[in-house]
Amino acid sequence: MPALLTLITHNWYDIRDLSNLSGKIEQLIRDANGPGWLVFVVSALLGAAGIVSFIGVAAIINIWIERRVVGRMQSRLGPNRAGPFGLLQPVADAMKLMQKEVLQPKVADGLVFSLAPIAFTVPGILVMAVLPWGRNMALANVDAGVIFILALTSLGALAVFAGGYGSNNKYALFGAMRVIAMLVTYEIPSVLALLGLVLFSGTMNLSGIVLFQAKYWTPLLLVQPLPFIIYFISSSAELNRTPADLAEAESEIAGGYHVEYSGMKFGLFYAAELINAVSVSAIIATVFLGGWWFYKLDEVVPGWMIFIGKIYAVYFLFVWTRGTLPRFRIDQLLAFAWKWMTPMAFLNLVLVAAEVLIWNETGVSAGLVLPLYAVINTAFAGALIVAWVKVMGPKFSRFPERLRYYSQIDVPSLPAVAPRMDEGAPGLTEGRSA
Amino acid sequence: MPPDLLLAAIRLEHVLVLGALLFSIGILIALSKRNAVGVLMGVELMLNAVNVTLIAFARFVVSPRPLDGQVFAIFVITVAAAEAAVALALAVAVYRHRETVNIDEIDLLRW
Amino acid sequence: MITDTGIVVAFYVIGITTVASALMVAAVRDLIHAVLFLVLSFVGVAGIYVVLSADFVAVAQILIYAGAISVLLVFAVMLTPAGDRRNSETAFRAPAAVLAGLVLAVTVFVIYDTNWRIASHGQFGATAASLGRAFFKPYIVPFEVASVLLVAAMVGAIALTQEEGEDGAA
Repeated sequence: MPALLTLITHNWYDIRDLSNLSGKIEQLIRDANGPGWLVFVVSALLGAAGIVSFIGVAAIINIWIERRVVGRMQSRLGPNRAGPFGLLQPVADAMKLMQKEVLQPKVADGLVFSLAPIAFTVPGILVMAVLPWGRNMALANVDAGVIFILALTSLGALAVFAGGYGSNNKYALFGAMRVIAMLVTYEIPSVLALLGLVLFSGTMNLSGIVLFQAKYWTPLLLVQPLPFIIYFISSSAELNRTPADLAEAESEIAGGYHVEYSGMKFGLFYAAELINAVSVSAIIATVFLGGWWFYKLDEVVPGWMIFIGKIYAVYFLFVWTRGTLPRFRIDQLLAFAWKWMTPMAFLNLVLVAAEVLIWNETGVSAGLVLPLYAVINTAFAGALIVAWVKVMGPKFSRFPERLRYYSQIDVPSLPAVAPRMDEGAPGLTEGRSA
Repeated sequence: MPPDLLLAAIRLEHVLVLGALLFSIGILIALSKRNAVGVLMGVELMLNAVNVTLIAFARFVVSPRPLDGQVFAIFVITVAAAEAAVALALAVAVYRHRETVNIDEIDLLRW
Repeated sequence: MITDTGIVVAFYVIGITTVASALMVAAVRDLIHAVLFLVLSFVGVAGIYVVLSADFVAVAQILIYAGAISVLLVFAVMLTPAGDRRNSETAFRAPAAVLAGLVLAVTVFVIYDTNWRIASHGQFGATAASLGRAFFKPYIVPFEVASVLLVAAMVGAIALTQEEGEDGAA
């Protein structure tokens, strides 16, 4: 213990990378001949504490950010009473939720009902563990990290289904079935989008993808804009955020899968949605924007600060779409995935495979080939989107054929109905003639 | 039974026994459930048990290409996915024609 | 033989959880509960794969079994009538239990009777890249056959579930 104190007080460590600190602590344990498992336990606890504290703070702050930004976009003020700029509003909300009674319907499926909010929260937190927060700052450097992330995001939807089914409420069940349908649909484009990146960078390890971008000084967003669009849309559908929040559409099915939840169980669902939004933003920041790397900046600023900055840049995009787009219908959303995004993702995958093959076979220098590919892929993405809109989009007409006002509609007068005595029940004819 | 056989180490036999347990539970479910979906769940469990065995052999047994067990496991997972899709489609189709997925009542071939 | 204490404890905890949730699949009365316990069992099997240093297979297991097949099962359960959602047994329950017990006994006997050629190689490193190489060099034909099988299964599933009169289907 005194050794730990001198570590903190007397030795100045390079705070740009927190892995140095944890590495020193592990070194201390090894020097003191501590048991081997203690090293793993300590490093796991350190990483978990860091991630959970980040998530806790982020969930609180994101409520404020989201409400203020959406308020500004919709010409409202947003919360502005509790504390300066309404900053204490999330705290007040959390305290209100904690004080509320946790109700459980008598017909609910007890265990499933109670476990669903927890099962919904866990995947979003687990995603954070495999992301690289700095050069050596991945808590679990999983080799198949991209597939691990995809697997975790699919588990969250199952938890939502459990919540909706366990509530034993028809609106909740509607929400649950919508979640399952959207999951099945949007899994495919998001997998295909990330597969293109895996092909291009040649690794499924998330640290490896970031290192690839750092090596060639190119965020993959520049080289592959189409997968970014596809992954952004499909992940916002998997997150149940507003352009695609069919599972909880308040105006249609009264809150969907969490209609029966109250108190802190509802709070957990609410927080988990924000956490999942942050973790998807973090995934996008890692694979498309280069994670902790930002040109020469990561030699001066701690990598995790750059990473958090990128996370919030992507998160702003999510808030933006939420504040400005109306909700889809369920058939529109599913058709959009099958008819638009899946074919586009397939075409993109073929193009990327050809590009990687050409790059490997010819051995042209990266400085020449990457800008070329960036131009080609951007042009391809634009052409593909325009072509799809031309072929499958709704036809635009400058002067709509449909009449716009009720007074313009020529309503034909109803033909007079003569009472017929030969058929029908006598009661009916009496009613008509009267 | 020597004491180190049980808890001090994982030996090949321990993993194989785990696989055997899962396989026999799968047999029990597949043979005794009344609902067609329940039967399918038993079959999936049996496939999982086989995969556990394959992975255990890949990890423990001498082989010129040690990763072959994992390759086989991935093929089994692929086949299981295809099988699940077709079997569940069958269950839905049978329900549409016969109004039931109770395998006691799906007995058209008996007459 | 793995002797690392943490891994051994993890193996036993995960193994007991897996077998217990598999038993619960047989025991619970509600079919949706059975599906959820089955998902737990699938995740446990993925944990066993991690213990046996098969990381890629473990992740594929979670993605395909816990993510996709469980969703298919949920779909099938919800598409079939509520009256059949009791997870009940047929009259074959007792013979099935006897048969399962016999299979278990015979396999356990064989497992402990056989002299396995145990290797001394340690745990594998990252397996994803070498698995990919294995798929595209020695196993290229089975790999292509598997993709054909998946396409056939997809077409078959769509053909089976398509309603008559919908888009000119048979």
